[in-house]
Amino acid sequence: MSTLTVTRATLMKDLRMEWRSKDAINSMLFFALLVVVIFSFAFNPTAEESRMIAGGLIWVAFLFAAVVALNQTRARELRNQVLDAYRVSPAPPNALFLAKAIGNFLFVVVLECLMAPLFVIFYELRSIGPVWQLVVVALLGTWALVVNGTFFAALSIRTRSREIMLPLILFPISIPALLGMVDATTTILTGDGTPDFGIKLLAVYDIVFTAICLMLFEMVLNAE
Amino acid sequence: MAGISEAHSQPVIVLENLVKFFGRFAALRGISASFAPGRLYVVLGDNGAGKSTLLRVVAGLMEPSQGSCTLLGAQRIREVAHRVGYMGHAPLLYDELSGMENLRYFAGLYGIYDDEVCREAMQIVGLDPNLTRRVGQYSQGMRQRLSLARALLHYPELLLLDEPFSNVDAHSAHEMAVVLGRVRDRGKTIFVVTHQAALMEGIADEFVHMAAGKIVRREEVTRVTGAATSESRSTR
Repeated sequence: MSTLTVTRATLMKDLRMEWRSKDAINSMLFFALLVVVIFSFAFNPTAEESRMIAGGLIWVAFLFAAVVALNQTRARELRNQVLDAYRVSPAPPNALFLAKAIGNFLFVVVLECLMAPLFVIFYELRSIGPVWQLVVVALLGTWALVVNGTFFAALSIRTRSREIMLPLILFPISIPALLGMVDATTTILTGDGTPDFGIKLLAVYDIVFTAICLMLFEMVLNAE
Repeated sequence: MAGISEAHSQPVIVLENLVKFFGRFAALRGISASFAPGRLYVVLGDNGAGKSTLLRVVAGLMEPSQGSCTLLGAQRIREVAHRVGYMGHAPLLYDELSGMENLRYFAGLYGIYDDEVCREAMQIVGLDPNLTRRVGQYSQGMRQRLSLARALLHYPELLLLDEPFSNVDAHSAHEMAVVLGRVRDRGKTIFVVTHQAALMEGIADEFVHMAAGKIVRREEVTRVTGAATSESRSTR
């Protein structure tokens, strides 16, 4: 049985469960919507101001929303101690990690697709730089959030205050990625310079942390 | 032939000075024992005797603090994971999926992709494979049966069951006990941790009594077509 087969089976199972319960998507959407609307009314920015602050605002909203999704998907594995069934099986531990990370990635990407029009409407956002670069930043940035998020969600699974523990560990380690995302997004939106540095930073961050998470996940899964 | 019979008589589980600490509390206190294949062992004891901890250590879900556990000849339990079935105190099932969907997923973890295997496992425990209801809507008895089906899916040589009859009505519990007897008769080794010893009378081969983290007594049962006589030995 290959890692790919188990990854696919676990991913399909997670997508089916999410399709039925919509726990992660609903809670993320509600949270991100609140952030967009409240900030819009609180600051009422002009189009020019929006371009300057949107990079930070968008990614902070997605970071917080991703934590909500991570908590939901982790809760599924805790219910009925179903994770034990995976641990006693001969299935490769990394397959579980990859399936969870890809699943969370898809959930956040769906959220981003739903929220993008709202950002445009509420903040009168018009990108001066090429939009396709925003897509690249969004994909790399989202992976950066979920790869560590999935790993630390598994790490904090046996701690008492896991809902608090996850952001407490995840946010500091996400700061380099967040800086890359905000810098690249703001540069593209304002058309002021090139986003190359931010994109390269995100790509390196993704590769390094995906490799570290894959190396350490078996230990985390079997920790008591 | 001698080789085969020798392999068959080798112990399935060998525990050597097994100790497990939770902080400063010793849940297992130096257990040394071996268990022969093809038998049904019932582990009995009061709450906190260390029964579930022992089962979790044997299943590889916990590392012992000291000592070793050899399972089916392997020191690393992961090497023989495909030959072991485990049913936990909790059902280890996804509430959002149907019974067949659950079994299909868990069968895939053992490299089994044949739907017929899942259907057969459900039928063995007396559940209808065509039931489309989600597990979250199952009764406790049905969940326990499905959990047993999940543990049986890959035809394990060793079956580890933690409180399989808890919250199950008397009729369902009796049916599950009969299923376990049949599985043992096919040459499998079964470990059942339970408080309901009466259910296993006439089916069990040996009662293993635990107290304060130790095996204090092993009571062998000679089954003669339904009747049972017992012979006990203390291991204190």
